[in-house]
Formats: sequence, structure tokens, C-alpha cells
Amino acid sequence: MNTGINYSALAVLIGLFLLVTVMGFWASNWRRGEHLASLDEWGLGGRSFGTWITWFLLGGDLYTAYTFVAVPAAMFALGSVSGFFAVPYTIILYPIIFIYMSRLWSVSYRHGYVTAADFVRGRYGSKELSLAVAITGILATMPYIALQLVGIQAVLEVVGLGGSGSVVAKDLPLFIAFALLAAYTYSAGLRAPAVIAFVKDGLIYLVIIVAIIYLPAKVGGWAYVFAAAQAKMNSLNAAGRPVGVFIPSAQAYWAYATLALGSALALFMYPHSITATLSSRSRNTIRHNATILPAYSFVLGLLALLGWVAIAAGTKPIGLDGVANAQLVIPQLFEDSFPGWFAGVAFAAVAIGALVPAAIMSIAAANTFTRNVYREWIKPHATHAEEANVSKIVSLLVKGFALVFVLTLDKQNAINFQLLGGIWILQTFPSIVFGLYTRWFHRWGLLAGWAVGMSYGTIVAYNVVNPVTGNHFAGSLSLIPVVGQMGYIALTAFAINAFLAAVVTVILNLAGVPHGHDETIEEDYFADEGDPRLEKRREMIAPVHG
Amino acid sequence: MNRLENDVDAGAGRSGNKVLLTVASVLLAIPIVGLLWVQSYAKVEPTLAGFPFFIWYQFLWVFLCAACTFAAYRVVLIARPRRPFSPRGAKGRDSGR
Repeated sequence: MNTGINYSALAVLIGLFLLVTVMGFWASNWRRGEHLASLDEWGLGGRSFGTWITWFLLGGDLYTAYTFVAVPAAMFALGSVSGFFAVPYTIILYPIIFIYMSRLWSVSYRHGYVTAADFVRGRYGSKELSLAVAITGILATMPYIALQLVGIQAVLEVVGLGGSGSVVAKDLPLFIAFALLAAYTYSAGLRAPAVIAFVKDGLIYLVIIVAIIYLPAKVGGWAYVFAAAQAKMNSLNAAGRPVGVFIPSAQAYWAYATLALGSALALFMYPHSITATLSSRSRNTIRHNATILPAYSFVLGLLALLGWVAIAAGTKPIGLDGVANAQLVIPQLFEDSFPGWFAGVAFAAVAIGALVPAAIMSIAAANTFTRNVYREWIKPHATHAEEANVSKIVSLLVKGFALVFVLTLDKQNAINFQLLGGIWILQTFPSIVFGLYTRWFHRWGLLAGWAVGMSYGTIVAYNVVNPVTGNHFAGSLSLIPVVGQMGYIALTAFAINAFLAAVVTVILNLAGVPHGHDETIEEDYFADEGDPRLEKRREMIAPVHG
Repeated sequence: MNRLENDVDAGAGRSGNKVLLTVASVLLAIPIVGLLWVQSYAKVEPTLAGFPFFIWYQFLWVFLCAACTFAAYRVVLIARPRRPFSPRGAKGRDSGR
């Protein structure tokens, strides 16, 4: 709703934003190693983070504008299958990563791997398969960063900034926020988001606790909230179908389960999730974390329910351009319900909650580019210092690309492309996770499976058309062949990918096509903090620390 | 070859204590199966403090899952105790387990 600028909210928002900016620049001096200009230092914080810092970093990493803005918006607009699946997704995520991320940590520690593509390179001896994994990671990360900027934009729009005047004035606040983010990420690397994540989580918890105690009582209690949500979801839309889903019916069981499972398998394939894992100090840090990270899932569920609270509160998420935009529903609910200063705290929570993951994602994508494209294909003998410099510059480019993405594409598209990101990134799962356990798969088989999975997923997602607007990429569900039920496209593509990889492997083995050289040994997958590390194929400019 | 005979406590090398690792696997599988079995909880009744069963049951799993994962963590620490690196696997090709 265009209610002009909310000055008290804006003042609090700017104050908190300046605080985290100062912290971001200060972070370059925090827990600093002796060996400054290397990718390990800039991009992995010197692999020195213990359980608690890793917890904050992973939380800052995984719980993003997608959870604060997009999931409640989906609950508000379409109901539980589109939104609440995020709860089982972020619960089963932890037993799943418990199983294989320790192995990835150990082998990466032994061989100095910084990215998933590094591991694939070492395990299969295949530059091509490694490149496929690297490019998929960078590609899938871009729209994810763009979505973070959409979250910041939603807050700025509700607070009353932008929207009117020239193109520059319209997006100036976003440019400023973006420039500050870029500057401290450049100077402090992964340490910046790690430090800011403390503030972010504090604000998020404060806002959620207040919102979840205060808002339902204000609108008439939880029973009323659920009744209002049920009434909205069961009412009919323009096409004569129910608006959304209150509780999944038998036709939606597969959709709900595959969305949860597919998303959980996909999340830790993103470069930024792997970065946060590898920056931990020891093999079992990630497992210890898996036991305490579900605290975030609880908060996520409460946030999702705020989408239904907004239904009961009669929130009208109308943008400054006068068009309804469900993405604005949470900021709008806060502005309508809270005094100005607390709305400002809530806006800061959402905006900083988007900045932290945007910083980590751009660092991770930059690491991947440097290691697996620049060093592998462009300059094989790059020194540590050169690598760190290329990463810093690429992190700026990646954020710049995401900014262009936001400014030129429809916001609704950004959400849909994010779903496509999930479909793409899951296609690297066989190369990475199967590879942690077995060398049975042939490198060309995995590459063939990847290519077909990527193509199938992209084409099927393109063919999901919104019946009202006619837009492509309008959703992430499609009919699963054989099963005959609607399911998450990413998981179907993954099944085809894995099956094909196995079939091609059998054929290539029969034909006697050689496997690549495997530089890892069984023991590497169990290495821990303090074990000897291998640093090979590297021009050293300084001794490796720790 | 005779890896286990050389170990001080046979069965607790890098390969770990098989029985305990199986226990950990089961603990990790419980929440995954529980939540993917959507049919078992996609219903309104019984409500709890106004919350439909579908909602509060999944919130309950946050705690059940944390408990299962924590138990698995403790079990794995016992099943595969910390021991210094020794590249025994280097003798042969990675068996790929």
C-alpha cells in the first residue's frame, strides 16, 4: 500500500544497516590467520570455524530471503503444498547431510579442496565433469542471489523508498545497500557474513518471537487464523479452481513429499552450502551442527504460518506501482501491525537476513569460478594470491550480474528461476555424493546423466505454464512418468540422471573405456583436524598454516 | 589384508563398528521416513490449541528429528573413534566403500 515513507521505521532500518556495515569491515581483522592472501583465508575463513560459528554461518546461509519472504508469500497465495513443504524439507535436511557431508569435509581437508568441483576433479580425474559441476553451481547460484536482492527490495518498497521518480532514484537505495555489501565482502571475505550472521539471527529471533506471540492474538487467535486460511484456500479463483491447498489431499501427497525430499537433497549441493561446511574446523563439526540446526526449522515453520496470519489480518500486499505482489506480504503485515520503530527492526531483520546469504553465495560462486574455471582452464599455475584476487573480483561480478537480473526481470520470474536453480543443482548430486562412496560410476556416464537431467528438467520446467498469465517456468511440479502423480521436477530429473549414469557406466565398462585417475584413497574420507594434508600441484607463496 | 588384526580394538578402525553404525543409520532414517509419509499426517483432527494436526505434528518432528540426529551423533562418535591418520588404504585401490 502506498502510504508514503514510514520515517521511524526507515531511521531504525538505516541505523541497523550501518551497524552491520561497520561490523562487516571490522570482520577482516577477526580471527585472522597468518597467511592472508589465499583462497583458504578469504574464501573459507581459514577453515577455523567451530560448532557455534558454523551454526550461525549455516543458518545465515540456508535461511534466506526465500524463507523470510518467498515461503510466507507462497503460504499466503497458494497454501501448504507450495509453502509448508519447507518445514519437512528443512527437518529431513539434517539427517541427510549428517550422512555424507563429513566424508566431503575429510577428503577436502586432506586434498585442499575448496569446492565440490575440486573434489569431482580429484575423484574422477575428469576436467570436463568438474567443469560441468562448477558451471551448474555458478548458474544455479545467480538467481538465488537475485532473490535475496528481491527480498531487500520488498522491504524498501514497503517502507516507502523507491518506486517513484527516475530509474536511478527508484533503485538508488538498493544500489547503496548493494555497494556496501560488495565492499565489505571484497575486503573481509567469508569472515564478514560470519560476523554479521550473529546480528541477523538475533534480530530474526526477536522479530519472530514478538510476531508469533502478538499477531495471532491481535487478529483473533490461531483457530481464527486457520479458519481464515482454510476459507481462502477453498474459495474459487478466476479459473474456477480452488485458490490453494489448506491441507494436502491424496493427489498432493507425492508433490509434498518430493518437494521436501528434492529440496533437501539439492540444498547442500549449492556452492555456498559446501563453502560453509568446509569452513568448519573438524570432521564432526557439521554433524554436531546437524543436531542443533533444526532450531531454525522451527522458526521457519512459524514464519511460514505468518503467511496465513496475514490472510486473517486482511493484509493487502500492493506494490508502489499499484500491482498486487504477494512477495510484499510479510513486510506489509509488519508495517500494518507494529509501531514504526519495531517495523524498522523487522525490516532490518529481513534485509540483513538477505544480505548475509547474498555475501556467502557470491563468495562461493567466485571460489568455484576461480578454482574450476580460471585455474583449470585459463591459468593453471596461478598462485594463492592470484587465486584470491580473481575470487574477489568475480564475487563483485556475480553480485553485479544478480543486480542486473533483479532490475531487468519481473520479480515473479526471479522466484520461478530460483525453482529452476534447484532443478539444476540437484543434477550434480550423483557426481558429488555417489562419488563420496564409490568409484563404480564412469566419468562419462555421470556426464551423460548430468546432461540429460539438466535438459529434461529445464524443458519440463519451461513447459509449466501459468493458465492465467501464460508465463513459462510457472511452477516446479509436473507429472512423474511411471508413477503418474504430480511431483517435483528436480527429483524426476535426478532419477533419470542417476539411472542413465548407471546404464552408460555398464556400457562403457563393457567397452573397456578407461576410468580417470583417482587421487583419493579410502583413508582420506575419514581424515580429521590435525591429520597431515596434501598440497600438490600448487605453487606455494607462503607456508600453509594450521 | 589383515587390517583388523593389527588394530588395538578390532572392528573399531576406519570402517567402524558395524552394529553401532547400523543403529545410527536407523536413527537417521526414522525422521526421513516419518515426514515423507505424508498420508500419515495430512489431516485436520486432532487439533491442538487451535493448530490442525498437519501443522503441529510437523513442528513436533523438529524436536524428534533433533533427538534422533543427536543420538546418531553420539553413536557415531563411539562407533568410529578418533584415531590418527595412517594411509593403509594406499596399498590397494580404493575399495570404494
